[in-house]
Amino acid sequence: MLCTRVIPCLDVKDGRVVKGVRFQGLRDAGSPVDLAALYEAQGADELVFLDVSATPEGRRTHVDTIRAVRERLSIPLTVGGGVRADDDAMRLLDAGADKVGVNTQAVETPELIDRLAKRFGAQCTILAIDAARTASGYEVVVRSGKQRTGIDALAWAAEGASRGAGEILLTSWDQDGTRSGYDLTLLAAVHARVQVPVIASGGAAHPNHLIEAARAGADAVLAASIFHDGDFTVADVKHALGAAGIEVRR
Amino acid sequence: MSGRVLVIRTGTANTSSVLAAFRRIGAEPELVDQPTEITTADRVVLPGVGAFAAAMSGLVERGFDEALRERIAADRPTLGICLGLQLLAAGSEESLGVEGLRVIPEHITRLRGEVRIPELGWNRVEAQVGARCLESGHAYFAHSYCLEKEPAGAVAGWTEHGIRFVSAFERGALLACQFHPELSGAYGHALLTRWFEGGA
Repeated sequence: MLCTRVIPCLDVKDGRVVKGVRFQGLRDAGSPVDLAALYEAQGADELVFLDVSATPEGRRTHVDTIRAVRERLSIPLTVGGGVRADDDAMRLLDAGADKVGVNTQAVETPELIDRLAKRFGAQCTILAIDAARTASGYEVVVRSGKQRTGIDALAWAAEGASRGAGEILLTSWDQDGTRSGYDLTLLAAVHARVQVPVIASGGAAHPNHLIEAARAGADAVLAASIFHDGDFTVADVKHALGAAGIEVRR
Repeated sequence: MSGRVLVIRTGTANTSSVLAAFRRIGAEPELVDQPTEITTADRVVLPGVGAFAAAMSGLVERGFDEALRERIAADRPTLGICLGLQLLAAGSEESLGVEGLRVIPEHITRLRGEVRIPELGWNRVEAQVGARCLESGHAYFAHSYCLEKEPAGAVAGWTEHGIRFVSAFERGALLACQFHPELSGAYGHALLTRWFEGGA
């Protein structure tokens, strides 16, 4: 049986992990390589690196970061942020990413999904969707949430999958940063709408939140601060999931 | 034997993970674009992601197909990964009408059942008794197509995702994995080490 994956997410800017990471015993808490190795040792099933650099220099540094992490990491690595064309994806894959996530650019140019899937395969092409609640459902937001699009998030997930995205990384814009759990309604709705795997993201602060998400249909659960703050290790979370009867890799 | 491992560049495949994994076990992997040494090299890896037809035409155009068939017939250590396993077959439901390497006579079919496709993530491999390299454990998968029947004379590993399929098989010095040993943590590291050191 396929295991529910636990995926720590790291925001990387100019080659350094940003957002407070408070670990004891790490040589350098801002080093992507050290953190990646630590999470792998704790039992992470996969890692997501989100490039939040705003400059071309930062983007180039990011490729070097991926290369350094790859040398060390023996679990899958997904990279997102700033992928605007298939050549951007090629650079990241060449450096050692296994999957590439697209978000804003895919909304602006949906054909990008088709091109990535055709060139690199569906399993390599992840559609990241930031969804915000509306009076009647959910709409897609882009540019790190700064811009609402009026696009129905469920319809967009379905379109993305039919264009060839092999997985949906679904972030609840309302829950993100609230530490009050994932948006389970959104998750269940997208899960029911597409046949590809769905990664839940946004709002996790306690192992119970990840259990709820798995029960609502998440194939994988992504979290950042719960791990970076040192409140829970990946091993703690996987233990809790296992104890709740959810299949995880030990 | 030297520590060299020749890794075939299969068009769109992301080979960085494979190269890094072999460096981690102390091998000396080299990416190759030409089939010159493929027939006689100590160890060869056929990785692969992406579509069956594109990868197959990339192999044929550069003459890798004949070289691979020869080295496998001579029972030289060869490792197929993911699409690299599927390319060994006679053909695939993914690209009807496109001939595979025909190292095994079986055809590749699409996963089916009440499950998510592609299968992305960690699943259990149950190794049959008698395997030299393969062991049971959790491995990382990323695929939509699979081999459903074990080839004659092979020892297989089995996995369930909607259907029960061959997640790996070994036959002589040939090891083929539907999963990605290079992304399968300690399980994959140990498997690559056994293959590299001559387990199969």
